[in-house]
Amino acid sequence: MRVPRTYHRLMNANDWAPPLATGSTARAAKEVLLDLRAIGHAYGSRVVVRGLSFSLARGTIGCLLGPSGCGKTTVLRCIAGFEAVAEGEIRLGGQVVASPGVHVPPEKRRIGMVFQDYALFPHLTVAENVAFGLHRMPRMERNARVSELLGVVGLELSAATYPHQLSGGQQQRVALARALAPRPDLLLMDEPFSNLDVDLRERLSLEVREILKSQNATAILVTHDQHEAFAIADEIGIMHGGEIQQWDTAYNLYHKPVNRFVADFVGQGVFLDGKVLNSRQVRIEMGVLTGEIPRDCLAGCDACGKGCSVEVLLRPDDVIHDDASPMQAEVLHKAFRGAEILYTLRLPSGEKVLSMVPSHHNHRIGEAIGIRLEADHVVAFRRSESQP
Amino acid sequence: MVLLPVAVVVSSFLTPAGDVWRHLVETTLADLVANTFWLALGVGLGTVVLGVSLAWLTAVCEFPGRRVFAWSLLLPLAIPAYVTGFVFIGLFDFTGPVQTQLREWIGSGVWFPKVRGRLGVVLVMTLALFPYVYLLARNAFLTQGKRALEAAQSLGLNRVQGFFRVALPMARPWIAGGLSLALMETLADFGTVAVFNYDTFTTAIYKAWFALFSLPAAAQLASILILIAFALLIAEQQSRSRMRYAEGRGGARMDRIRLTGIRAWLAFALCLGVLVLGFLLPVAQLLWWALGVAARDLDARYFGFFWHSLLLSGIAAAVTVGLALLLSYAERHFPDPWTRFAVRASTLGYAVPGAVLAVGIFIPIAWVDSWLVAAGELLLGTKPGLVVQGTLLAMLVAYVARFMAVGFNPIESAMQRVTRSMDEAARSLGLSLGHALLRVHLPILRGGLITGAMLVFVDVMKEMPITLMTRPFGWDTLAVRIFEMTSEGEWERAALPSIAVVMAGLVPLILLTRHAEK
Repeated sequence: MRVPRTYHRLMNANDWAPPLATGSTARAAKEVLLDLRAIGHAYGSRVVVRGLSFSLARGTIGCLLGPSGCGKTTVLRCIAGFEAVAEGEIRLGGQVVASPGVHVPPEKRRIGMVFQDYALFPHLTVAENVAFGLHRMPRMERNARVSELLGVVGLELSAATYPHQLSGGQQQRVALARALAPRPDLLLMDEPFSNLDVDLRERLSLEVREILKSQNATAILVTHDQHEAFAIADEIGIMHGGEIQQWDTAYNLYHKPVNRFVADFVGQGVFLDGKVLNSRQVRIEMGVLTGEIPRDCLAGCDACGKGCSVEVLLRPDDVIHDDASPMQAEVLHKAFRGAEILYTLRLPSGEKVLSMVPSHHNHRIGEAIGIRLEADHVVAFRRSESQP
Repeated sequence: MVLLPVAVVVSSFLTPAGDVWRHLVETTLADLVANTFWLALGVGLGTVVLGVSLAWLTAVCEFPGRRVFAWSLLLPLAIPAYVTGFVFIGLFDFTGPVQTQLREWIGSGVWFPKVRGRLGVVLVMTLALFPYVYLLARNAFLTQGKRALEAAQSLGLNRVQGFFRVALPMARPWIAGGLSLALMETLADFGTVAVFNYDTFTTAIYKAWFALFSLPAAAQLASILILIAFALLIAEQQSRSRMRYAEGRGGARMDRIRLTGIRAWLAFALCLGVLVLGFLLPVAQLLWWALGVAARDLDARYFGFFWHSLLLSGIAAAVTVGLALLLSYAERHFPDPWTRFAVRASTLGYAVPGAVLAVGIFIPIAWVDSWLVAAGELLLGTKPGLVVQGTLLAMLVAYVARFMAVGFNPIESAMQRVTRSMDEAARSLGLSLGHALLRVHLPILRGGLITGAMLVFVDVMKEMPITLMTRPFGWDTLAVRIFEMTSEGEWERAALPSIAVVMAGLVPLILLTRHAEK
């Protein structure tokens, strides 16, 4: 446990806790393949990435998730070697590949990349595209590898066609096969599904995960679509303003966000006023929430004493519809989602909450329905002046 | 390279040219301005009326032969206007076969419009240049989509009103683009007006140089012409940027209007008439003449003309394409506004008439030469002859400056197909930069390089004023031969070299139509 401990201390300086420090011993024992230490990058005078650190174990699929312009693609390009880093260092398999004085060229890094526009070579067939990175391999071996990969992505029959004859989803899979062909140590994917329609996006992201796992690949995905991130990645870093806000599993990001940005960005929910009762309880209008109150909030309450005001995050699944409940709320708006209906409800005080209700409970707008709280933990933040 | 001759020519306007200039102003300048104005007006009106109506017929209507006319109406582009010009004179002039025949039938009193007049030039140039307007206007009508016209119909307009109130205004940027190309060619034209003895700025520049031996006067005439040319260029560029906004969105192609009965035959007759006058008749006459003189004229000298034309066009194409490739890489790797501006500026040459460029290139080369001669005298103690002046090098410089855009545009559009991420994909797959150029760039750019080279090749072959004014003494090409024969009125003997030029001109046209059909 000594190594993770060092990590913990190192990372604390950046106010950030990596999964290696908090995660299980089993994960900590895995070899770290990629390690970013406080890297920074600027285009001219515009700083896009600052003091950014994370690491990825071999065989893991990571994801940088964030709104557009948060610097996530820049991080990817720094790792690939298309941009130089201004500060910090990037290690790949223990070796420094990028730091202010070092820049290993992209073709020497053994990093594969799937581009947003796929960047397939239009003058080459599918098979020739996949074989492109295998130029040093003997012919027999190369052909075998190409047909193996085309089999993996399910495009054996399209080997002799040209990219423009394929659909978007097929092009995407060719790009994946081409990037995987030289068995890169690390695979980077830049918004790989953004050019596909929504249905295909969901299906293909699960498929891609299967392919990556079958090849035992280590990969990083960059996206602004959380469903894509949840479907594909083992670990997700939420990025905002050139920094990683939280690096965690999808479950923790949704249920234990470390700050308001993460809570807002991931999933749906509303913030309600609350008062801290004690170290395990917070009172809101709908009742008392019991659970572990995040450290961030507790620190604030220690400072100002019990009874201080906080903002409490309520997810749609924390509010349950129950006809027997004495607590009533008025239906303001409803969105039919198939299996469920997402209701926007108004509490007597005028505050609004969201509730996800099985779809056969069909209520009219304006009707009052019974609700109750069902949450096993509390997500609360200190009230900040900057937030409305 | 383009800016230098232009700057030289324009700056010469400030230096007094003395007697020759005064003489010009007093005697011919007013005529020149009037001639050029009427020519431009006539050709402008003619090309727009002919180009737009034919484009509308072949794009929107359906009548017998429409498919064939759609591409064959571009064929007149293959024949340089000066060739069409001398064929028409040869055919319809007083001593030509048509009038002779008429006189035989009806008697000598028959009235026939004067071919060599203003009307003749305008007619010939319209027939040779209307395809520019036709091509762009047709493109506009085809891409408009039917949504806008449907909207007009739902607002109570019938199809004819819809054409005038919606389709035509929407196509305006394209029509303006085609028109300004046609007018640029009109202004730059030297061969046709020379054949017709119709004095415009280009012929005046040539005469000032070769008859009056006054380089400053030539340069001052050129500087007036250049002002008009750049005004046209600006008009063309503006219409091009408007095209982006006026681009029709959505909607399938319109259902064609089916013409029936007399209307269908009128449409057919119009298209056929234009095609016959603009292409079939001149080519047939050229072949007829050429067969007649082939036995006498086709001797060793002709292989000299061919060889000179091929050599010159080949070298010019190779140099232009090479430089264009460098330019497009420069633009790709240094995407700052200054580089963009420099690249744009270096492709402006196509707006500068050849006669102007010849003057503009000649003046600085004369300076360089006198400087080199002085330097040689100093260093070697002997006086060497002129070094650059009147050599192939001077000629090549002028060609490259004039036709850079012709070579650059296809290369640039090919370059846009090599996306930045393709470079990065190649490198992330383990290729060095050199290998990536060889295995990704070259195959993708090949088509654009070949097209660019071919277009430059053909244009250089056709180019008359630059060749005439900068060639080394005795270095005759096909275009020079055509000029010499036509200026002596020997139409039959000009036919042979013309056939060769027309055949070369067909090559890019076939490329163009094949590309359009894809």
